[in-house]
Amino acid sequence: MIPTDWLGPQEWQAVRLSLRVAAVATLASLPLAVAVAWLLARRRFPGHGLVSGIVHLPLILPPVVTGYLLLVTFGTQGPVGSLLKPLGIVFAFRWTGAALACGIMSFPLMVRAIRLGFEAVDPKLEQAAATLGAPRAWIFLTVTLPLIMPAILAGATLGFAKAMGEFGATITFVSNIPGQTQTLPSAIYALLQVPSGDAAALRLVLVSVVIAMGAVLVSEWLARRMAERIEARR
Amino acid sequence: MLEVAFRHRFPGLSLEVAFQAPGGVTALFGPSGCGKSTAINAIAGLLRPDQGRIALDGRVLFDGATNLSPQARRIGCVFQDARLFPHMTVAANLRYPSRWRRGAARDFDRITEMLALGPLLHRRPGTLSGGERQRVAIGRALLSDPALLVMDEPLAALDEARKAEIMPWLERLRDQIRLPILYVSHSVPEVLRLATTVVLMRQGRVTHSGALADILADPELAPQLGAREAGALIRATVEAREADGLTRVATAGGPMLLPELDLAPGRVLRLRILAHEVILAREAPRGLSALNALPVAVTRIEGGLVQLALGHGAQHERMLAQVTPRSVKALELQPGTACHAIVKSVSVLPS
Repeated sequence: MIPTDWLGPQEWQAVRLSLRVAAVATLASLPLAVAVAWLLARRRFPGHGLVSGIVHLPLILPPVVTGYLLLVTFGTQGPVGSLLKPLGIVFAFRWTGAALACGIMSFPLMVRAIRLGFEAVDPKLEQAAATLGAPRAWIFLTVTLPLIMPAILAGATLGFAKAMGEFGATITFVSNIPGQTQTLPSAIYALLQVPSGDAAALRLVLVSVVIAMGAVLVSEWLARRMAERIEARR
Repeated sequence: MLEVAFRHRFPGLSLEVAFQAPGGVTALFGPSGCGKSTAINAIAGLLRPDQGRIALDGRVLFDGATNLSPQARRIGCVFQDARLFPHMTVAANLRYPSRWRRGAARDFDRITEMLALGPLLHRRPGTLSGGERQRVAIGRALLSDPALLVMDEPLAALDEARKAEIMPWLERLRDQIRLPILYVSHSVPEVLRLATTVVLMRQGRVTHSGALADILADPELAPQLGAREAGALIRATVEAREADGLTRVATAGGPMLLPELDLAPGRVLRLRILAHEVILAREAPRGLSALNALPVAVTRIEGGLVQLALGHGAQHERMLAQVTPRSVKALELQPGTACHAIVKSVSVLPS
């Protein structure tokens, strides 16, 4: 039995907040990631390269730059932030902002993994389904989606792990407010700034390693089970 | 009746395909890469040709103004690679079309029984043998309530044993289900066993189409099926069993004797007589070990093959003999010459 006083209340808060931020970021961006991955894998259109470039931008830009751009755009004075504020949607210095930052930072990783899944599905299976009378949306739901489920899972896990660890863009966009926006990495960073924080920081490092490993193991197990269900692809 | 006439250009191959397929099994025959698969993709709606017209039983599937989706065409497809959905059981594969093609659901029991799919229903495609997979693919296509069944080299990926296993099912299909079938193949034995009509394709073009027996007995076209395969297909009716065990059959050219067949008198057979198994003689042969010598008349001579008429009038049939130009000269063969065809061997095909 792990004693619950092993971590202080503020550390627990950071762990819980990080889990919530990562889960919301992953689940909210997943449908969009599937759509963009499909677009990039299956459609050729003018601006294909541009879309691909924009999707990959957060992977290449310094996270501080992404965070700053988010602050400028989604801050209360920003063009999008000021539009959303009357609707009661505020990102700046809220946990939702942390989720937005994490979602954007992990998006390219999710798209890449899912896109590989789409490219591995034989379009001839979808053609066969069309000759059997199924409409395209139904074919997507019953043939394509089940076949790329392992790739979606892989993308989601990768995105979740990235979101758990996101630091630069988050701290730039929503700062480091305990209980509000202080995620696990921000908490570790804050603890390292005070002379007595080493032990607590080490405990949080351990927690983040366990969570990351757990996520990878669970997703690999799920992906293997699905692959067994699908068996030899012919 | 399927009416096809379209043009399509690929880099490196331009296609000009035109043919008609009446009922029964129409074989689309030609070497690999001649455009057969493109033709059936255009018919099934999986490829949009540059121009042309495709119609099925008077219903326009494609022309300048119309291009029906594959969903709307009602053409059941059996592909060489089966294309079963790997994440579904056999039963789920078979029932996949029933949500959209209402007419099909009621046939489920009949078709699973006809193709003996019962023991496979709970298996997944990955655990099936190649022959079983094709049987499931055929069942699934039939259960999509099609107006035409298109089969793209369904046996090409199978070994000889599997081919032999699936062939009887295809024959049952042809004989039991009144559904026109377009059968794409580059295998002569398959075409001979299944087809009623043959469409010959070469380098993106249809070179000829017609009834199977007419093409086999055409000295110009038969070589397209392969030199060893040239030879006629004629009808015969079982007459009686001779005292020595041989079976006597009636043909357009008179009676023939075949090795013992365990068939009742009156049964109709198709006899395959290869051109290189036929010897011609100007006079009635005597002192020969061959049992069958039929009176025939030369109708055409072309490229080492002589076309012969068997019998007279409406009942006549055609066969081919392989004869060297030297012999043609020596025997003074020309259209109209009466002679005797000595048939060394015959193979019997069920009819």
